[in-house]
Amino acid sequence: MAQSLTTPTTGRGGRRTTLAGRQSRTGLLLMSPTLLIILVVVVFPLLWSILISFQELKLIQIGRANPFAPLTLDNFRLVLRSGALWSSLWTSAVYTFGSVVVTTVIGMVAALAVRKPFPGRTFVRAAFLLPYVAPVVAVTFVWKIMLNPEFGIVNEFGQRWLGWSEPIPFLTQSRGIWDLFGLQIPVPTALLTVILFEGWRYFPFAFLFLMARLEGLSSEPEEAALVDGATPWQSFRYILLPQLAPVLTVLVLLRTIWTFNDFDDIFLLTGGAAGTQVASVRIYELLTVQRNVGAASAQSLVLALVLILLLGIYVTVLRRRGERV
Amino acid sequence: MSRSYSYDTWNRDRVQRMLFGIARPVVIGVLLLWVILPFYYMVLLSFMPIESLLRDPGRLWITPDEFTLSTYEKVLRSVQDGGQGFGSFLANSGVVSISSVLLALAIAIPGAYAVARLEFFGRRKVNALFVATYLFPAIVLAIPLFVLFTRLGLRGSLVGLVLVYIAQTVPVAVYMLRNYFETVPVSIEESARLDGLGTFGTLWRITLPLSLPSIMATGLFVFMIAWNEFLFALLFLVDRRESWTVSLGLAQLSGSIEVPTTILMAGSVVITLPVIILFFATERLLTGGLTAGAEKG
Repeated sequence: MAQSLTTPTTGRGGRRTTLAGRQSRTGLLLMSPTLLIILVVVVFPLLWSILISFQELKLIQIGRANPFAPLTLDNFRLVLRSGALWSSLWTSAVYTFGSVVVTTVIGMVAALAVRKPFPGRTFVRAAFLLPYVAPVVAVTFVWKIMLNPEFGIVNEFGQRWLGWSEPIPFLTQSRGIWDLFGLQIPVPTALLTVILFEGWRYFPFAFLFLMARLEGLSSEPEEAALVDGATPWQSFRYILLPQLAPVLTVLVLLRTIWTFNDFDDIFLLTGGAAGTQVASVRIYELLTVQRNVGAASAQSLVLALVLILLLGIYVTVLRRRGERV
Repeated sequence: MSRSYSYDTWNRDRVQRMLFGIARPVVIGVLLLWVILPFYYMVLLSFMPIESLLRDPGRLWITPDEFTLSTYEKVLRSVQDGGQGFGSFLANSGVVSISSVLLALAIAIPGAYAVARLEFFGRRKVNALFVATYLFPAIVLAIPLFVLFTRLGLRGSLVGLVLVYIAQTVPVAVYMLRNYFETVPVSIEESARLDGLGTFGTLWRITLPLSLPSIMATGLFVFMIAWNEFLFALLFLVDRRESWTVSLGLAQLSGSIEVPTTILMAGSVVITLPVIILFFATERLLTGGLTAGAEKG
């Protein structure tokens, strides 16, 4: 659509360069504020962060932080040798996998459930977006109070109606035992609770994506399948799901990247205790508790490298689908 | 053989249809309950004195004689007057969010227009840069920015926070606006050019008014990010209570045991309401075919 403005008229060789030159100058001029802020607040700090990870820098020294301080590999030695890095990356991986599966499945179920019109559909769709819109600090606070072992409504309910013998410390217990038909199944209570919270808070994102795609679909293939005698499940599995596959790919990758870096939700719910210390919470602790800026920087770079790997996959997938990135 | 097969699938089809027919309203009901319950509980506790909660924690309703508004009064009043100072947190968050919206739009609109309409060196690479910036983990940037802002004396000031929010939102803002600018017919802009408007004049008088819904959507997005953001507020402002934003204020106060839960619930309601009201107020505005019929005259 932009062609007629962006492609200069052919056959006028002399004007072509000036028009293109003028456009190029105006374009860069209009872009410059955007580029400037990204340069100052994103690119430059990132480069400095790489430098810091090779320098010795404690929190009390940062007022005098010097980019030309001597370089050392001590931070990486410290970070890579401590088991905490690998265990935190593993926790991040489990947390990410669980959250992405839960949010995608719930989002899909919700999108399919409200697909056909029914009274109150607008209200239901709006309500489904609430958890995603509300401030994370407020919703984590309510969840914490609801799950509180002393006066939380969930434990009250469980003890009164579900026959729990004692309150479950949902957010402070790293390993609980589920007694299922005489089987003693160990479960990571806090990690599961945090994943469930993620499912609550981020399913609207999957819901929005999938709903938009569902509305854009033609109903003809499904009608044809109906005529041919397909059951509802067959129609979903062989007609609908293949058409949703591209959206699902993008959705899963985006959520994976975001969940892998997630700091707020876990920090606010558990503070990283009880087996929920994901990589970003560990970086925060290195910075504020151990007060070792260099080591925090080194660990954050390891996280960034893992992420760049994920981004690479993301871009490749989109390229293969022929989208511009 | 074939008869029994067809009978069998017909049967399975019927069972599935019945199952899905029942499942749909049940699923909607359960999901709705699950989504709403925490919000309902938040509002419920915010009108309750703390004694009622501790006396009988399992209730999902409130009696008229225990209904109170004093929780809201206490949470909003300043610390000097014996409150929790949420009034000033709201003011801080308001200033930060509104400045972020205005500045981010002022920066992103020209950028998005350039990417949508003008051919310039590196135009294609700009997109990749934006995607990378947007998806990059905040925690990785948090450390160098913490050091940098400490050295510049910007840590503890709201200005530093606004800078970070702009940088975090401008890439998406450019992306959102560009997509919309591309749907504005070039022919309208070309007629404006013929009538003697330059690039800036066309952008200001033609493209912007036509793109108002998308600009509002983008502004809302920036506002919500700035209002809800927690990590950078925590890192930059934690030592200075007078500069706390709503998110940081609630997080810090909920960590201490001195402030009663129901008062903080009132605080949660107060900080959640603005985003939700804005979200639902603008959702309707965003659907509008403003360009329809613009070329006829």
